[in-house]
Amino acid sequence: MNSIGKSIPRVDGDVLVKGNPLFVDDIDIKDVKFAKIMWSPHAHARIVDIDTSEAEKLPGVIDILSYKNVPRIPHTTAGQGYPEPSPYDAFIFDKKVRYAGDRVLAVLADSEEIAEEAISKIKVKYELLPPVFDTEEALKGEIIIHDEPEIKGAYDPSHNIASSVEVEIGEKEIWERQEVIAESEMVLHYGQHVPLEPHTVVTYFDEYERLVIISSTQVPFHIRRMVSILTGLPQSRIRVIKPRIGGGFGAKQELVLEDIAAFFTIRNRVPVRITFTRAEEFISSRTRHPMKVKVRLGGDKKGNINAIEMIALSNAGAYGTHSGTVLYNVGSKTLPLYNKATYVRFSGKAVYTNLPVAGAYRGYGAFQGFAALETAVDIFAEKIGMDPLLVRDKNHIREGETSPIFKALGEGREGTEQIIGSCGLEEVIKRGKEAIGWEKRTKERDGYGIGMALSMQGSGIPLIDMASVTIRMNDDGTFFIYAGATDIGTGSDTLLAKIVADELNIPLERFKVFSSDTDFTPFDTGAYASSTTYVSGNAAKEAAKKIKAQLIQVGSKMLGEPEDNLYIEGDSVVSKITGKEVTLREIGVRATYNNEQFQIEANASYVGEVSPPPFAAHFVELEVDKTTGLIHILKYVVAVDAGTVINPKLAEGQVLGAIANGIGYAIMEEMKFDKKGRTINPSLISYKILSTEDMPPTEVIFVDTYEPTGPFGAKSIAEVCIDGPIPAIANALYDALGIRLFSTPFTPEKVLFALKEVER
Amino acid sequence: MKVRININGKWIEEETTPSEKLLDFLRRLGYKSVKAGCREGDCGACTVLFNGKPIRSCLMFVLQADGATIETLEGITPEDGLHPIQKAFLEVGAVQCGFCTPGMILTTKALLEKTKHPTEEEIREALKGNLCRCTGYIQQIEAVKKVVEENE
Repeated sequence: MNSIGKSIPRVDGDVLVKGNPLFVDDIDIKDVKFAKIMWSPHAHARIVDIDTSEAEKLPGVIDILSYKNVPRIPHTTAGQGYPEPSPYDAFIFDKKVRYAGDRVLAVLADSEEIAEEAISKIKVKYELLPPVFDTEEALKGEIIIHDEPEIKGAYDPSHNIASSVEVEIGEKEIWERQEVIAESEMVLHYGQHVPLEPHTVVTYFDEYERLVIISSTQVPFHIRRMVSILTGLPQSRIRVIKPRIGGGFGAKQELVLEDIAAFFTIRNRVPVRITFTRAEEFISSRTRHPMKVKVRLGGDKKGNINAIEMIALSNAGAYGTHSGTVLYNVGSKTLPLYNKATYVRFSGKAVYTNLPVAGAYRGYGAFQGFAALETAVDIFAEKIGMDPLLVRDKNHIREGETSPIFKALGEGREGTEQIIGSCGLEEVIKRGKEAIGWEKRTKERDGYGIGMALSMQGSGIPLIDMASVTIRMNDDGTFFIYAGATDIGTGSDTLLAKIVADELNIPLERFKVFSSDTDFTPFDTGAYASSTTYVSGNAAKEAAKKIKAQLIQVGSKMLGEPEDNLYIEGDSVVSKITGKEVTLREIGVRATYNNEQFQIEANASYVGEVSPPPFAAHFVELEVDKTTGLIHILKYVVAVDAGTVINPKLAEGQVLGAIANGIGYAIMEEMKFDKKGRTINPSLISYKILSTEDMPPTEVIFVDTYEPTGPFGAKSIAEVCIDGPIPAIANALYDALGIRLFSTPFTPEKVLFALKEVER
Repeated sequence: MKVRININGKWIEEETTPSEKLLDFLRRLGYKSVKAGCREGDCGACTVLFNGKPIRSCLMFVLQADGATIETLEGITPEDGLHPIQKAFLEVGAVQCGFCTPGMILTTKALLEKTKHPTEEEIREALKGNLCRCTGYIQQIEAVKKVVEENE
């Protein structure tokens, strides 16, 4: 059908655009009960006692869960492959609370109002402990956040170190020979994903007494495994259903509510619903890892970058979920970009503090790494008086090349070697440069500026992320595609359908995609690590090949011609010799009812051996009001190499969404805390994300490359574009005003302050 | 207590309480296109048309809607096919997760009933209260422009 590269509307679009009841909260469950969670008001405390007697007297209160009545099992809430690389430092409920917003207990009642009233009547006696909010303070180990003996997999809990990494390639003496040294230290703040649909779950026992979990999750299979381990129910008695999801961005790559709902349902044999309020979503789901990232570049006046050092200090918050993997990615997803450097050092620590829990978030470390690396490259170019595009051109990785970092750094462990099979960096730089009008840059510091940055990411986690796809034909010649791959709004259902339809050369309308239901879709690690197009897409393509063989096999018998003569086109299997054909429907009827019957069905699994990076060049044209310090972005251009773009309109949507989120974080979004570590702006009126009025005109350019290992040459698209706005805007601010901002977000106050410094 | 409200062209009489919000009332009656994104009036996912004007149903008490005409996305969806605004949103890729889509479409409908040929600035102004985290808005703005063009 050759639909690859052509835009089609999303396959779930017609029902979404009608507002059909497709989301977790839209699914009515009879006699459902409601749970609310009591959150710690203190950043660091031990629970001495909980008195629930008054709450229990309240009519409509059904059950109360706390450390007193749930098993104490150290685990991680990270939805990752098993065994997870994140430390086991969390408990369903604990006797200790580690941030203002930590779980204390949960109440199940007939209504949310009753549950809330019950919580107000529960008396919790705390022994307050001194909190620590600063990562460097925490490293001293004077206050220990995880002093529980059961903790497993944390690097050094006695100094609050959740994870640590140290990699050095080459001889450090090289620094003595560098003509130019450029440094950038970027301090990155707390930010939240803000999916429009907050975390929500409903659990119940079905008529077979199996636990059903309908959840707004990116990782249904990981949720099933985690709930099984925590509740003791075998996986065969748990069914996780992922309906349509209202955005995730990493926040839903976590066990956040499902364990509590499951315990209530198991204990009380009633359906249970829990839905976060917006404030709970901010404080008690997950955030981006705040971080200090310092980059030092050594090079010569000809523009060669010979040595790179990157040091990251990451704030894990109260629990270490994703702390090591995000930390590794700060280096592993950024340093290979400048692979001409013969010396590379990456050193990092992720540190516990008594602040909200950082987790997975689109960009996943690369976001933080590029903020420092791409501003350092700009500073380097400035120092030697060279066009920053030329510096990048001299140093960036190219097709057929590799970087020792690929092997040295993986996700929380050693990585996998890879040679770049597709790289459109030269082209993305060229196209972006033309589109923004790079020659408009001047030396004037008049408030008008242009800046740029590069970014790269990966496509899945090699040798870990596994995806499986099953295709089944009905006897009328229509098909079901069962994918564990988790469409959370990304359009992956559409993408998989396109890949299968194209491989089979059968019209897309004949395919219906189901994702995901752990009872009948095969395993997939889930929607994260930019994996679906590449990993799940490859699985879909392999499964389609097997279906093709079955169709040809039946067709051959029906037409009485050798299989080699046959091909599939449209609705039929056709002979290229005689021109005779048999329809898919006829094939379906024969295989199902008539002769040598069997189910036309195939399954294929895929694990990537490499993680081909997509690349992007970001260009920002902006104007700064020198009296208010307000940044006005006039135009954003992003040129992207994502390999073959399977469905351009949806891919463009991924790019635009990532840019919007990146700009929001760079200039306006910030979670703020009071002196006691309590979040003071947990609402959309006080935590500003971009609206239609803030989004600058943005041009998306796709540059065609062909990734030899990708399905139809495709690479990932989800994350790579969120990494660019911070450094591109920072570099444009320098071009505009001669100021360097090293702390996000770039608020008017910071701009004005820096401007005063420069003028002094 | 009872209220009488015209929902999507039909008058209904229904029991409510003084504290019940229009959002919960509509969802309780099955109008699930009305989404709860924040319940604080900030995100716009619960937008419905109240006597033709887009309002946040999470901020309005049901009692305030007594005698009013309410339109939800269910009301503008034809029995067969799609409303031109729905079609445009789908075709230009303005729908990702789809959670903010119902509110966006209703706001667009109200805008186009008031202003036949809105400028891009007017489109951005009208939609500024409907937050979206997936798309970056460019495609929604494009969708509105497409509807305007097709109306010509």
